[in-house]
Amino acid sequence: MAGTSGSPPALFFFKRTTTLWPSPNRPTGHCPKGRAVQPARQGPIAQPQGKVSPVEFFQHILNALQFGSFYALIALGYTLVYGVLRLINFAHGDIFMVGAYIAYFVAVLLLGGEGMHGLGLSPALTLAITVPVTMILTSLVGVTLERTMYRPLRRKGADRLYVVITALMAGLMLENGNLALLGASRKSFPELMEKVVWTFGGVSVTNLKVVVIVAAIVVFVLLEFIVTKTKIGMAMRGISYDKFAIPLMGIPLDTIIVVTFILGSSMAGLAGILYAMSYPILEPYMGALIGWKAFIAAVVGGIGDIRGAIVGGFLLGFIEIGVVAVFPSTLRDLFAFSVLLGILWLKPTGLFGVAQTTKI
Amino acid sequence: MKRMTIKVLLVVLAMALGAFALMGCGQDSNVIKIGFNLELTGDIPKVGEASKFAAEMLKEDINSKGGLEVGGKKYKLEFVYQDNEAKADSAVNAALKLITQDSVVAIVGPNSSKQAIPAGGVCNDNQTPMVSPWSTNPDTTKDRPWVFRAAFLDPFQGPVAANFAAKQFGAKTAAVLFDIANDYSKGLAEIFKTEWEKKAGAGTVVAFESHGTKDQDFSAQLTKIVAAKPDFIFVPDNYNQVALIIKQAHDLGYKGPFMGSDAWGSAELMTLCGKDCIGQFFSTHYAAAGAQGATKEFIDRYNTKYKYVPDDVAALTWDATRLVLQAIQEAGKVEKDIKAERKLVRDALANIKEFAGITGTMKFHGTGDPDKCAVVVQISPEGKFEFKESVCPQ
Amino acid sequence: MQKHTFTISLFAGIFLLTVLAQFGVINQYLVSVIMLMGVNIILSTSLNLVNGYMGEFSCGHGGFMCVGAYVSSVVTVLCFSKNHILGAPLLPPSLALLAFPLALAAGAAVAAVAGLVVAIPSFKTRGDYLAIITLAANYIVISAIDNMEIIGGPRGFMGMNATVNGMEGLLDIPWMLLWVLSGTVFTVWLLRRFVSSTLGKGVPAIAQDEIAAEIMSVDTNRMKLIAFMLSSGLAGLAGGLFAHILGYVNPHSFDIMKSTEVMVMVYLGGMGSLSGATLSAILFTVLLEVLRPLEIWKWVVIPLLLILLMQFRPEGIMGNKELSDLFPKLKKYYSFK
Repeated sequence: MAGTSGSPPALFFFKRTTTLWPSPNRPTGHCPKGRAVQPARQGPIAQPQGKVSPVEFFQHILNALQFGSFYALIALGYTLVYGVLRLINFAHGDIFMVGAYIAYFVAVLLLGGEGMHGLGLSPALTLAITVPVTMILTSLVGVTLERTMYRPLRRKGADRLYVVITALMAGLMLENGNLALLGASRKSFPELMEKVVWTFGGVSVTNLKVVVIVAAIVVFVLLEFIVTKTKIGMAMRGISYDKFAIPLMGIPLDTIIVVTFILGSSMAGLAGILYAMSYPILEPYMGALIGWKAFIAAVVGGIGDIRGAIVGGFLLGFIEIGVVAVFPSTLRDLFAFSVLLGILWLKPTGLFGVAQTTKI
Repeated sequence: MKRMTIKVLLVVLAMALGAFALMGCGQDSNVIKIGFNLELTGDIPKVGEASKFAAEMLKEDINSKGGLEVGGKKYKLEFVYQDNEAKADSAVNAALKLITQDSVVAIVGPNSSKQAIPAGGVCNDNQTPMVSPWSTNPDTTKDRPWVFRAAFLDPFQGPVAANFAAKQFGAKTAAVLFDIANDYSKGLAEIFKTEWEKKAGAGTVVAFESHGTKDQDFSAQLTKIVAAKPDFIFVPDNYNQVALIIKQAHDLGYKGPFMGSDAWGSAELMTLCGKDCIGQFFSTHYAAAGAQGATKEFIDRYNTKYKYVPDDVAALTWDATRLVLQAIQEAGKVEKDIKAERKLVRDALANIKEFAGITGTMKFHGTGDPDKCAVVVQISPEGKFEFKESVCPQ
Repeated sequence: MQKHTFTISLFAGIFLLTVLAQFGVINQYLVSVIMLMGVNIILSTSLNLVNGYMGEFSCGHGGFMCVGAYVSSVVTVLCFSKNHILGAPLLPPSLALLAFPLALAAGAAVAAVAGLVVAIPSFKTRGDYLAIITLAANYIVISAIDNMEIIGGPRGFMGMNATVNGMEGLLDIPWMLLWVLSGTVFTVWLLRRFVSSTLGKGVPAIAQDEIAAEIMSVDTNRMKLIAFMLSSGLAGLAGGLFAHILGYVNPHSFDIMKSTEVMVMVYLGGMGSLSGATLSAILFTVLLEVLRPLEIWKWVVIPLLLILLMQFRPEGIMGNKELSDLFPKLKKYYSFK
């Protein structure tokens, strides 16, 4: 047998289920769709001073939607890999960072700048080329990681813990390797999209913010479609149910896993380029904190469930912006993590998750 | 086989330990070692780089003439650089390493008050003289006889910024956005607020928002600030955050002016900020454009060697290091015992009453802080820092 | 007599080190490295209890260290330094020697309580979720301290030097070295006693099969609590020692990077092996110093080493064996089990 993971005797006592999507025979304890989202959308979590005007309020909501989109996109990657492999890919936040840097180099190459002559293409064309190229190259990075580091461990049937540690170390290597290779200077991302600021009634929105939010929603719909309606998606779901039966059904396990990583990493790459456009200063450690927070968001949403990742990501965005809007900004992390912990306490498997019983 | 592997590993471990313990013995007595505690990586790497470049240029100058002449004998200079990663705890570690492992005579740096204040405490406790080129927060040298600086203080800079802004923008109300995790930023923000409200009346600082060092999204704070409709926004932040803040403020529809402080003065500000920063003002230590005499000579040489116009950190490091070197020379001799030598250097530093730096004349009064003039510059459309006005202490 | 060789040589070693440090034979840098080694040993052995012996995945060890560091620092600073909270010090410097261990104990106790608070939710959740809870707890501790202006907030807290100076004022020997070494010996001794006791055997039992352990009369909830509290209390002790070595604490020194470092040490040494955790802590500290010339590449090489380790020898240096299993002849030199 190719090795075991978890504790087999426990299987006899507890039904082991995991969800990558809503399934018909799920226990009914989960939140009906949409309910988890609404309380967050009401606005900041607490308003003791009540000094937030309606205009500010809508502005904050828009900010939160945009900020939450990044968390959502990254959380999607975590969820996909976890659902299929039961592996927390701690390197995911750093893949996001690598995506942002890849976008930077591609854009500079095409656009010309930073002392390089480049190809001198127009910003719009550069954008059009950079986005898919970034996504492809980032997914290459993710797949390389998988093949060189995770697959040999899987073959040996190593304990899941070792893979997690490998992931953690791979993330560290990516961050520090970037710092070592490219130096400590921040990189400034060139402006690819002409920024248009629309102001209505005191609320300002840039076209970039809208693009980010739309992108997150489109990605979600796309992924939901892939996972529920295509054959590959069905295979992915199958693997998350029972990893050992799937090869018996003639489905190539490795290929599906590679596809999962491609999907997850390209989402991270997309998040990377969108983030680089919104906050155009790149530094090697940018992925670390966001990665950890997106991971927590994914877990709070219910890891293994795509809807959970989206909801968790936006929820975290709302909490963070909401806290800063009302309290001094240093309380942000404190509140955000406390609220997330509180949600986990009340619903230990996350908002959309279902009980599982394996130890790592 | 497994047991062999483990045993081999253990033997290797023991050998490594042994080799390590024997490391770091022996000192060359014809060399004077000066330590540099710099922000080479982290949030503000350009600052550390500028310091290092200036120091290297000075070292080459002196060593090419045979070394530093102290008491009739020439000693070669050796500069040891430690990276404090722009973090307070790493600054403490770096200082300890320079003091205990590298046995330096004196330390130059850290630059940013956030690192300089804890590092200064360590240097003071370990009786090693320290000169910070760029730190402006009073706490760096307060009650610390072993710590000195080459820059003016924030209680001087705050009013300069406030007065200039009131005059230039005709402003009645102000808003502040500062980094609460950075001693420099927080200290200067508070000094500014007190000064402004003294002049314009209580409550005229209509928004006083803070953020964390690693923050990249300031939309929540800026939304609040913009809604309060200030006449200008004071941003005493490091250059990497300034770029993001100004861009995001513009995204939120803010069209008014900003006022900056000396942490803006890095050569990398315009690379990161671009056209959003053009036309903004900030207070700083010197203006490269329009300099004369020794200052111009320094700027030209630095520009030729490193291909960019030196910022205020480079110029201040040049001055700070020269302060240390002058102190070593005035001490008269180089003691073998490093502790005795440090005491000599420290006493000599405390005896320097006036120093002609390329960033201006410095007058010391025994507190370790110089009286110096501050300069307000404006960012030109070409991205250069142009002299606007100079403010000197009475 | 032969049975006590280990104990005797241990104390002789400590004495020798102190004497060497006192007379400057070992330079101050080496002394500080030895002290850091000691702190790392305490950290890795205490985390080994939860991550190694108990098989959980706690990612937040830095948070407990932070709690211990701050509590003991505040206590000593209030007692012995001029500070901006109370003004003048409360006690004369001559009492520093007595008060210091009490301050350390206070730090450890509060850290243990923090561990309790984190452990209780962990009953309901398992594995990956424990990782989240400990991670979030780490961040919450750091954020909470960031917001306490009275102890300096994100800018850090200083003043512990007065205590160390007070101790040296009494008798000029390197006290911190002594304290660190004593703390290390105490920790390793305590953990060894715990794990080989009947009570402590419940911990690996939970790791192997929780349900079977429950059936065999191990109160799993209580065991988890005890293990967590012990682990975080010792981390608090390490934190207090660390704070006094540096003379400065800053909450961001104890963030996820610190927790990761401690995890690296545990997994490098081998889960479930006390001597492994000790050895890897020593090796790791030495590696950090030896690789210093590499600067930032150091942090590429170390994760790479661990990845290779995971590929080719995932159980770490020692696996779950102790030194006495490898060199059985050593057994006759010590009297404990």
